[in-house]
Amino acid sequence: MCLSIPSKVTKIDKESNVATVDTMGIFRDASLDLMEEDSVKIGDYVLLHIGFIMNKIDEEDAMESLETYKEIIEIMNEEDRQKAILEDAECPNRVV
Amino acid sequence: MKLELKNLYEDFRDADTIKALANEIQKEALKLPQSINIMEVCGGHTHSIMKYGLKQLLPTNINFIHGPGCPVCVMPKERIDHAYVLSLQKNVILVTLGDMIKVPGSNGSLQDARAKGADVRFVYSPMECIKIANENQDKTVIFFAIGFETTTPMTSALINQVIKKEIKNILFHINHITVPEAMRILLDDETNTIDAFIGPSHVSVITGSKIYEEFPLNYKKPVVVSGFEPVDVMKSVLMIVKQFVQKRCELEVEYSRSVNYDGNIQAQRLNDTFFETRDTFRWRGLGDIKKSALILKAKYSQYDAEKVYDTVLPKTTIDDHKLCICGDILKGKANPKECKVFGTACTPSNPMGSCMVSSEGACAAYFKFGNIL
Amino acid sequence: MNKTITLAMGNGGDENNTLISQVFYKAFQNEILEKSEDAAILDVNKGKLAFSTDSFTVSPLFFAGANIGKLAVCGTCNDLAMMGAKPKYLTCSVIIEEGFSIDDLKKIVDTMKEELKINGAIVVSGDTKVMPKGTIDKIIINTTGIGEVLQENISSNSISTKDTILVSRDIGCHGATIFTAREGIDMSSDLESDCFSLYPIVKALIDANIKITALRDATRGGVSAVLNEWSKQSNICIEVEEESIPISDEVFGVCEMLGFEPSALANEGTFVLAIQKEDEQKALKILKTFNENASVIGKVTDNYLQKVVLKSAYGTKRFLESPTGELLPRIC
Repeated sequence: MCLSIPSKVTKIDKESNVATVDTMGIFRDASLDLMEEDSVKIGDYVLLHIGFIMNKIDEEDAMESLETYKEIIEIMNEEDRQKAILEDAECPNRVV
Repeated sequence: MKLELKNLYEDFRDADTIKALANEIQKEALKLPQSINIMEVCGGHTHSIMKYGLKQLLPTNINFIHGPGCPVCVMPKERIDHAYVLSLQKNVILVTLGDMIKVPGSNGSLQDARAKGADVRFVYSPMECIKIANENQDKTVIFFAIGFETTTPMTSALINQVIKKEIKNILFHINHITVPEAMRILLDDETNTIDAFIGPSHVSVITGSKIYEEFPLNYKKPVVVSGFEPVDVMKSVLMIVKQFVQKRCELEVEYSRSVNYDGNIQAQRLNDTFFETRDTFRWRGLGDIKKSALILKAKYSQYDAEKVYDTVLPKTTIDDHKLCICGDILKGKANPKECKVFGTACTPSNPMGSCMVSSEGACAAYFKFGNIL
Repeated sequence: MNKTITLAMGNGGDENNTLISQVFYKAFQNEILEKSEDAAILDVNKGKLAFSTDSFTVSPLFFAGANIGKLAVCGTCNDLAMMGAKPKYLTCSVIIEEGFSIDDLKKIVDTMKEELKINGAIVVSGDTKVMPKGTIDKIIINTTGIGEVLQENISSNSISTKDTILVSRDIGCHGATIFTAREGIDMSSDLESDCFSLYPIVKALIDANIKITALRDATRGGVSAVLNEWSKQSNICIEVEEESIPISDEVFGVCEMLGFEPSALANEGTFVLAIQKEDEQKALKILKTFNENASVIGKVTDNYLQKVVLKSAYGTKRFLESPTGELLPRIC
């Protein structure tokens, strides 16, 4: 049993209702039986679970999340900078 | 920036992001009035937490309690014995997902049954049953279906295909169970020490986050539905800490790129077509829980292996070995390391209980990833 | 000659001799073999010899990047190379199922011939048996090899804090390829086994006077097994930087799909090195001429003796345990 994993849709076979998905260079078929007709398109990012496509990943939402993380990293880096400046200013060996 | 597939893996495991979130959690946690216990319901989250060492990044006033979200772990021995007995029936091919291979029943595991000559096949996808059934028209294929709400729709889709294609030699032994009822039982126990929940990722993709509303509402316990990646789990912990600091108690979704309120309606519809809720079901460790498991509707009973093979299936309930504390571990009352047989008499190659051998079992996670702590 | 193997071909008589001369002698042509004696008489240099044996049962027989024949030669020659020895003489024993395709056998043996050339080794003795249909699965090959030791004292028991740990290329390709090639797993990809003769790389390191402490090819159990064996044999702690372990996208994809740890997957042309620290960059440069993914992956400490510690890039750590249980049966 494996966790559900993000994959990219590369082909759709409407007759058998199966899509081909790419998971980092590994291609396999997955059933579209759990998705509404025509809701999945080539190029979509989807979650794959035991041979079925479970849902479509919201790309915009993923990008937004990643943007927020960039901001949090900036905050941390800024704090580190301030800390370093403070330590430097308080260093007894510092020659002004 | 255009989203690449790689981003969905790498960026949600990014080291700097994890460090930054750990930093934020440390800052917020200083404002906590007391320490908090967060239960991650799903075994997959337990594995993420252990594999990525996330406990090492948290301050001492935040603790993880491991939950019962491992469908194989919560199956009582008598149901495992059903699988064993069915596999040894004449002209039966027992098909199930790989996780069931080594799970110990009272007579042995399915691997042991296979060594005795049973035809047991482990598949990656339930749909493989159709190929097996077509290639073995003279045999009966029994699909032993396990899993929470993530996996139920796949069984439903298979049933749908079996009926559409008029396949006559596939039966189903249904062991699908549901998450919220288990969470409720844990909270109904007054001695529980759970302050908040990290909600399962992929159960929620199917059901929608709506199924957790009752917990902030009726039990005053915040729930944050989280993704599996370390960044997701850390962000979820931060969201929970902020709720406590800001004195909020809400249902939030961290895993918004895949989880919404309503879930996968098509999957839910398929489930409703074939399944109804059992009155009660015995969970290993948690005891009898009302309306927590599924059964095929009466009109599909001809596909129900439990009915067709009723006369051969064992009926008595079977308890675990005395020294096995899987029950307490599943309720979040004990840690795998507290088990007397952890790592000695009970190991992944010689398991006494399924928690040690399931890919989502807490004991398996601790055995594989937890020894440095 | 028949198109398929018959029981008679294993009986030591005419049919057996025809098979041997038309398939094995034809491919492995050399003076010693052609003498057709009961045993081969060998010339070896004065000095130490390395001696190793291996049997090959891989299923499927043919897979992306190699077949059982290439594996059979690489497997034994690599074991010799890992002790700093130049592979010189090999035996080749086969047990074949009745009905096996002779065309397939020829393909396998021709592949062995090519691989022997790369190692500069020859097959000097062999045996052919045939078993009735259904009693074995297609073919089993055993190769035993003798090599002349070029650099002595390469040992997995002598690794210390003076050493640094490297890997020769990205890991897990063989295990991942075999898994995706197995029936019932419907996946396709550009994945290829890393099956490869390592002697040329070892020779290049020896020629450059690299101070080699230990070498081991990461076959069954993968890099994880090697590091754990080394930590116990030398009574040391090996600390690995998780981000420095090279893994290809495709191996990553297979591991994600199936829940495997890349470091537990088998390799057949990838090795782990313990090199004295001062030669680290020099050794890395040489390794990179064979595969650009060669990397320094860790160091030796005495923090947790006999354990391997995996360190994340964000400050956490855990033990990398030896792989347990049957992950992938019959991969080599």
